[in-house]
Amino acid sequence: MGERLLEGIGLSCERDFRVLFESLDLAVSAGEVLQVEGPNGSGKTTLLRVLTGLSEASAGEVRWRGEPLRKVRQNYYQEMQYLGHAAGIKQSLTAQENLRWHAALAGLDCEADIDDALAKVGLRGYEDVPCHTLSAGQQRRVNLARLHLTPAKLWILDEPFTAIDKAGVEAIESLLIQQASQGGAVILTSHQDLQHVPGLRKLELV
Amino acid sequence: MTARVDTVTAKTARVGIFMGMVRRDMTAAFRHPSDLVNPLIFFVVVVSLFPLAVSPESDFLREIAPGVLWVSALLATLLSLDMLFQSDFQDGTLEQMVLSPQPLYSSILAKVMTHWLLSGLPLTLLSPLLALMLFLPANGTQALMLTLLLGTPVLSFIGAIGSALTVGLRKTGLLLSLLVLPLYIPVLIFASGAVQAAAAGLPIAGHLALLGAMLALAVVLAPLAIASALRISLSG
Repeated sequence: MGERLLEGIGLSCERDFRVLFESLDLAVSAGEVLQVEGPNGSGKTTLLRVLTGLSEASAGEVRWRGEPLRKVRQNYYQEMQYLGHAAGIKQSLTAQENLRWHAALAGLDCEADIDDALAKVGLRGYEDVPCHTLSAGQQRRVNLARLHLTPAKLWILDEPFTAIDKAGVEAIESLLIQQASQGGAVILTSHQDLQHVPGLRKLELV
Repeated sequence: MTARVDTVTAKTARVGIFMGMVRRDMTAAFRHPSDLVNPLIFFVVVVSLFPLAVSPESDFLREIAPGVLWVSALLATLLSLDMLFQSDFQDGTLEQMVLSPQPLYSSILAKVMTHWLLSGLPLTLLSPLLALMLFLPANGTQALMLTLLLGTPVLSFIGAIGSALTVGLRKTGLLLSLLVLPLYIPVLIFASGAVQAAAAGLPIAGHLALLGAMLALAVVLAPLAIASALRISLSG
């Protein structure tokens, strides 16, 4: 077991007087992949947003490397990469421009790697095409290319397999395995069965 | 030594995010030129309707010119606030901005400045033409440009607070106006007052100093308010 990275202690969340989850404990250590499962509307996305610090839990605390998230926000964001429900790319910009902006946001100097990352997600030749002309799956792939650029320790992925074809799903799976084997950690929501990921843990929301 | 290297890299990163933000918003905006041109057309149309609807008399137009020009500029800015955060919220790039390790202050400053460069600055550059149409004397025109130069960035900053607060809601138009208009009133009063004074041959240094103070205050404090407002809107 690696170093403990992210912890949720006694997390509760309600929406419109409906309890989504209550006194939920979870922990993710380096080298682990945690899959959050549950039916639609069970609060998977809400849980991930609480773990990123975007939303506040109605009770409980999130800790990054043992410290409360509120105190170490900047350090946490340095080492955490979140791919949300929305594609996270600007339609009017090209794939290259979108990734360049994401790199600037993350404070990375990786101009040379951008085309390479796009090639790795199967978008060679689409670098300078405006994203609104790409298909839904290709747009998701532009977003996923960020995973090839980031040195982040923890990935939080909300439905990364949406609109991705079979070969793409396999590529993402091997990316997850690679991240875990390099001492990183992944938390993701998905309805897909991840067969090839060793040491996969599951968290069921009801 | 390492600490110094760290601060240097932190500084370049901050400049990087600032320029990256400006470049991205500029590029995105210029690919949808209609969004940029709409407020300008609104400005021109409203101002040019006054002589037709009220009176083409030059003395009368000279009298109302400062008020008409400033009210139209204010409403045109209000119209342009939509492009500030709405699309970023919808495509999920806004939450990426909030989750960035870079200080939110710099990215917000860059966003609002870009908004001004694309709305307030063109309005300012267009205003002498419309001032001429309303028979505003030359010293009045000069004052008009100066007040627009100082005042429209304040409008952008205040408008961004309202825009950030309402970005998660479905129909924002009326609510945004209700939130923002009362805060626009001081700018409107001092700016149009300055133009009136200048047209009458009076000194306007006092008016300009006040507008400058408002701008300084807005640059320093508004990004903090905008950052909190964005966090609230995104947590819903």
